[in-house]
Amino acid sequence: MNFKKILPQFLTILAVILVFGFFTYNAQVNMENRGITFGYGFLSQESSFDVQFSLIEYDGSHSYFRAYLVGLLNTILVSVIGIIFATVIGVVVGIARLSKNYLIERTAAVYVEFFRNIPLLLQIFFWYFAALRALPLPQKAEPIFGVFFLTIKGLFVPAFIWNNLDIFIYSIIAAIISIIFVRIYARKKQESEGKQTPVLYISIGLLLILPLLSFIIGGSSFSIEIPVIKQLSNTSFTYEGGIGLPPELIALALALSLYTATFIAECVRAGVQGIGKGQKEAAASIGLTPNQVLKLVVMPQALRIIIPPTTNQYLNLTKNSSLAAAIAYPDLVLVFAGTALMQTGRAIEIVSITMLTYLSLSITISIFMNWYNKKIAIKEK
Amino acid sequence: MNKINILTPDKNNLQTYLYTGIFLFFLSVFDVSLNSFFNINLTSFLPGSISFFLPLVFGLIGLHLIRIEYSGIKNLDLINKNINTNAFNAFLSLIIIFVVIKSLPPLLSWFFLDANISGDSKDACTGSGACWTYIKIWFNRFMYGMYPNDEQWRINLSFISLGFLGSVGFFATEKFKKYLTLYYVVIYPIIALLFIYFFISGGPIFFDFSYGIIALVVSIILGFFIPSKFKMYYFIIVPITIYILLKYVFFYEELIELGKLEALEWVETGAWGGLSLTFIVSFFCLIFCFPIGLFLSLGRRSDFPIIKYISIGMIEFWRGVPLITVLFMSSVMFPMFLPEDLFIDKLVRVIIAISLFEAAYVAEVIRGGLQALPRGQYDAAKSLGMGYWKMHIFVILPQALKLVIPGIANTFLALVKDTPLIFVVGLLEIVGMLNLAKTNPDWLGFAMEGYVFASVLFFIICYTMSKYSYNLEQKYKTER
Repeated sequence: MNFKKILPQFLTILAVILVFGFFTYNAQVNMENRGITFGYGFLSQESSFDVQFSLIEYDGSHSYFRAYLVGLLNTILVSVIGIIFATVIGVVVGIARLSKNYLIERTAAVYVEFFRNIPLLLQIFFWYFAALRALPLPQKAEPIFGVFFLTIKGLFVPAFIWNNLDIFIYSIIAAIISIIFVRIYARKKQESEGKQTPVLYISIGLLLILPLLSFIIGGSSFSIEIPVIKQLSNTSFTYEGGIGLPPELIALALALSLYTATFIAECVRAGVQGIGKGQKEAAASIGLTPNQVLKLVVMPQALRIIIPPTTNQYLNLTKNSSLAAAIAYPDLVLVFAGTALMQTGRAIEIVSITMLTYLSLSITISIFMNWYNKKIAIKEK
Repeated sequence: MNKINILTPDKNNLQTYLYTGIFLFFLSVFDVSLNSFFNINLTSFLPGSISFFLPLVFGLIGLHLIRIEYSGIKNLDLINKNINTNAFNAFLSLIIIFVVIKSLPPLLSWFFLDANISGDSKDACTGSGACWTYIKIWFNRFMYGMYPNDEQWRINLSFISLGFLGSVGFFATEKFKKYLTLYYVVIYPIIALLFIYFFISGGPIFFDFSYGIIALVVSIILGFFIPSKFKMYYFIIVPITIYILLKYVFFYEELIELGKLEALEWVETGAWGGLSLTFIVSFFCLIFCFPIGLFLSLGRRSDFPIIKYISIGMIEFWRGVPLITVLFMSSVMFPMFLPEDLFIDKLVRVIIAISLFEAAYVAEVIRGGLQALPRGQYDAAKSLGMGYWKMHIFVILPQALKLVIPGIANTFLALVKDTPLIFVVGLLEIVGMLNLAKTNPDWLGFAMEGYVFASVLFFIICYTMSKYSYNLEQKYKTER
């Protein structure tokens, strides 16, 4: 009996060790033949390549590690933009799919079916090579609201130039902390006295008043820098000042958010539909208003169904942002697993670092999700 | 006549409200249609923004007037219930109607009215619409990649025959139904592999292979005369004997010439491409990822800790990384792990990589099904004296797999949608071919047509698949 239990495990381990041993042996032989040694020392060497778009200061004289950081930050940037837009579009479309209005429901359904059945890569190409190429040249662009310029070279938006930015940020942090306290207080009050506090209005008030105070008392202020057109040569124009978002970023963020929004919409729909009719009827029968039913009965239960798959979609979006390599947006894969790999030829080290980065990202999020799931799971008596 | 209260339409003056409302509504739709189809603005005498919003206001008033509950007119009630429950809904409905009307003319003109399909060069495209000539000229490339024109019948023939062989399940009689699983899981993939290797790739027919076929044919013919009692042993022993006899005793010299015949031109995988490559890659990945995923999911629920943790590690690793890095790994890192003289074809490496990647997702889906089964099923199977494999094959898996049909279908859809990523290793399926064609100097500036064409193709493929999986789910749904 014991033998029967040990044998399969022993065989598995043996197989794994054999496969890995075979691979390592070959890798050693191959690297010896090519005259490379394994190691991560190259990370501190000078990279001597340039990146088009980076959030931190970077040029060829910085190290490969810095290039890695540039790529990572660009990946995070496009993921965050994508997640925000995907959530907004997804929630709106998901609610639209539940609408009793036939036209709205159909429109949302057509959107979902259409965008989720077309490969993401094709969508990215479509936006980048077909749709954004139809935009005007910088010198011919019409300003939108007088300050935004959407051109073939990207979107140029005004930049905020801050004085005493730190005080403003502290005020926002303070507002958030006080909102959390108000919420805790409100819940306690409701549990002990059964009275409801208008948490929403208090929160909005706090979010407005505290930053306002930082302007009046703290002395923080800002000015807006509007992009201005500038001639580089006879036919080449660009904008100066403000923030320029490259077309690669726009195409990628657009495609990612439109694609992922369809999945989030389905999650939202499933979540709200998953709440039994009896719950709503029971809530209505004890005299709750429709708004209260939504806020106190439907949403807390629906969120429990919605949040786990939605987080999964966020994770997918982050991983899909690696398709950036196809349109040359300098993300982690393009900068590090592309350019840096070509220059150094260290395939094993660089591919393993790239994979480990994504892996640790998703494992962190899934550990957090497991914790969250346990926290919100229905505690049955 | 009753007093008419404009603000609250009711049943008493039904006709008045109805006619005024319908008139106003159609007036607004008429105005927008005129504006969009014929570019005539009826209200151009009004200032800009009022002229712009007037149809909306008219439409809203019209819809407000016909919002009469329980009017007794069936169609009116239907409209009210579906698109006109309150002012906000009416507003949204109107916006959608107007947007559709507004966007129809440009879309129609781009797709059909101003589009060109005649001619065979860029100059034929004179209209402002799409240039379908581009798709027409490049159609072969989009379908077959760089595959030689004269040899494309091989791909067609293979796909058609495989399609027929794949549809056997629909025509099978009750007697053969029980062999279907075996057929689809083992025999069909092998046939497909042979087709791809010998037919599409045009691999040399080894002489061993021709001996084998002769041995098989002869032994099958002889097999009819053998009593069924010995058939089992017969089919193991006789073919091998004939094979060895053929190879080493008889016609050695004669058959070696026959075996060397190269019937078809060798086409290397680098030249494959287009939609046919999409199909080939998705097909083999589908076939391989399912069994791997099944074993991983069983491994994850195994009682043996080592197998369990190895499975968990495998699943979480593949699920945690993006496919593009996996393909990078297969193209630049994997060759380092192999002996120098061992070369694995690019296409094979890609298929292995995608299969392993998708297998992790399949494993998680199947695990969901396994967990959803009540413990009683396991206990019942065990109490009948079934072992691990017997229990899973006859009791657990049939039920669990039935539960997860939608999930597996979704994974397969994701797989099909992921195939364009193989551009990373330099294989050009349809999206890659589009990007290549787009940069051809003779055909610059038709990116939009190409992407729209590919989108429509992918949409048709994926939408059919998802509808089919829905039907399958309905078919196998059992009440529990």
